[in-house]
Parts: sequence; structure tokens; C-alpha cells
Amino acid sequence: MRKLFRKLLVTMSAVAVVSAVGFSASVVAGGGSDLEQGKKLAFDKKKGNCLACHLIAGGDMAGNIAPPLVAMKARFPDIKTLKAQISDARVKNPNTIMPPFKPHGILTSGEIDKIAAYIHSL
Amino acid sequence: MKITMTATIAALAFSLMPFTATQASPADDVKAFQGYFTKKFKDTKFDDYINGIYAIDAASRKQWVEIEEFPPYELAVENGEELWNKPFANGKGFKDCFKGDVSAIRAKYPHYDDKTDTIVTLEGDINKCRTDNGEKPFKWKKGKIADVSAYIAYQGRGKTIAVKMPSSDKELAWYNKGKNFFYAKRGQLNMACADCHVYNSGNFIRADRLSPALGHPSHFPVYRSKWGSMGTLHRRYSGCNKNVRAKPFKAQSDEYKALEYFQAIMSNGLKWNGPGARK
Repeated sequence: MRKLFRKLLVTMSAVAVVSAVGFSASVVAGGGSDLEQGKKLAFDKKKGNCLACHLIAGGDMAGNIAPPLVAMKARFPDIKTLKAQISDARVKNPNTIMPPFKPHGILTSGEIDKIAAYIHSL
Repeated sequence: MKITMTATIAALAFSLMPFTATQASPADDVKAFQGYFTKKFKDTKFDDYINGIYAIDAASRKQWVEIEEFPPYELAVENGEELWNKPFANGKGFKDCFKGDVSAIRAKYPHYDDKTDTIVTLEGDINKCRTDNGEKPFKWKKGKIADVSAYIAYQGRGKTIAVKMPSSDKELAWYNKGKNFFYAKRGQLNMACADCHVYNSGNFIRADRLSPALGHPSHFPVYRSKWGSMGTLHRRYSGCNKNVRAKPFKAQSDEYKALEYFQAIMSNGLKWNGPGARK
């Protein structure tokens, strides 16, 4: 019985992983989707340039000044908090090295929305 | 009774405030600044901070040591020596402005000048010598000014950085101007010199490791591979300001002279080792 249960669990998690991968693959394959555009903006040196300081899966030669961008949904259950953090990190830490993207006009609100959606998916 | 006690304590606290609220002296600043780095990079010897990033990064140091075998600044030193010996149209030369032993010149800068109430830099005096003798000044950031500076720096290697500590109000005003520049956030990216080169020194920004600010001015002018040429300290400042998307100040502006003064004071006790080779 216990064996059967374990088998069931393995199968279930495998199904979950496959469906998750399938889902994210379909989103990325959507060509120009928000997530894809968000990733582009996040990696763009003239825009988010997140890799300058943050490790992101799929990004080359990331910096280590700031925390790696992983498990973002656990760290920011509400995407609004993440958007606020990207917009102006000084609100939580006045001495932060993170640029105030929104008030300094580095990114528009629309760009921040897309980047936040992408970062939140990590 | 309780109220009087509280009042007495409050009065006492107020009377003590002027003492506790006074600014740290430059000597305290130097101690704190140098202590910060020596504590942060325990494997780096104090004297090694003149080598910038190579003082804390063994991987790139190896490459740099190889580069130093045929130093890319050698030509600049040779050109500088030629310019040093070549008389101006009026028959005078640099030797007539910078009197005494060439090897003693580098360590005299930067310094505060009482008469003009300004910070005098080596590059400033190189061009002053030219204009005083009816010659056109060199361009400030690269080229011949870096050549002459490189020659003087090379001759002055090994001398101790010993900027006179500011004590008069005017000296302190220059010192505080430089200190403020160093710690103030600027530019669209809102970053201070200290953000990268103090708090995050040793960390990676993308693939580059951030150098410690201690020792920064010791090795200028530098041959920078990224430039493919020599440049003065103020050329580097201007590049740093552009990196944080701030409008750079002019070379030899009061802002950069004050910053050079502050940075040199923070590096007091280290040795001059210019010219240098950097990435």
C-alpha cells in the first residue's frame, strides 16, 4: 500500500512538473508575450540591466551585488509589492544601490509591469 | 522628585549634545576608511591596496602581472621624459617650474594652496608651467598631459602618500566638498562612489569585480585597456560619472579636485606607484 502511494506521488509530481514546463514553454513560445518582453527588458543593459547585480537563470555573467532572483512568488506573494520594489527600492531602504527606476525615468510603468511579470515568474 | 530627575537628565543630555554631535575629524575618517577595507579583505596586505582590484582579485592579478612585464605605459613615460627635457619657446622648461629632484614631485600633490584657496594637482601645475611660460596648455584628460604626468609619477614611485591633513576652515571646506562628492548619490542610476567602491568593493557587477577605493589615486595616470590609451585620474572620474548616467564635471573642476584631495587623504600612508596598467 505504502509502495503504491509513493508511486502515485511520484507520478503526480512528474505530471505537475511536465505540465508546468509545458505551460511556461507555451507562454514563452507566444512570441512577444509580456513575459518574453519582460525578460528582454530585464536583460537589456540600457533598461532593467538586472543582471548587473542579480543572478537570473538563463542570464550570462550575472553580478552578485544583490540577491539572486529565485523563488520570487514565495518572496513576493503579491506582485504589487514586487512592482513597488522595482519602481523605487529607496522606499524600503533609502541607502540602496538599486536605481530608482520609475522616479528617475529609467523605465516606464508599462515596462515595469512587464519586467515584474517576468521576474515574478522566476 | 521624579520630574526634576528627568529634567536634570534631559538638561544633562542636551549639554552633552554639542560634543557627541561634532563631525568626525579627517584623522578619524582615515582610520575608519582604512580600517573598513583591512577588515573586509583580511588576506590583503595594507601596502598592496595601491594595486587596485589586483590587490583583492587573484584571478585577474595573474594577467596583470604578465602585462606589467611589458608595461603599456612605457611609451608614455618615454614621451613624457622627452617633453620634460624639451625647452619651451622662451628657452625655459618644466625643470624651471618644478624645482629640485624629479623623484620628489609626485608626492607633493595634491595639496591645498592658501593663496589661491584651491587644491593644486600635478596636472594643474604641469599646465600652469606651460601657460606661465607663454605656451598653450595641454588638453586635460589624455595625451601629452598624461605623458608628462606619467614620467613624473614613474620617477616618484615608492614615495609615501602623505597629504597634509586639513585643519584650517578653508582646508576643511575643500575636504568636506570632496568627502560629500564621494558619498553622495548622483546620476540617473543614483549611485555614489562609495556605493560601488566601498560597500560593494569585491562584489561583481556583471563580470567585473569592483575595486576598493583605498589606494585609488596612487597609480594614476593609467593605461587603461578599455581606453586603449593613457588617461589622468580626472578622465577616470568623468568615465565613472558617465557610468552612473550623471553629467560629468570638467577635468580640474573644483568638484574633481576636491574628490582627488579627499581620496588621496584616505590613501595616506600608502605608496605612490604610478603610472599603472588597468583593465
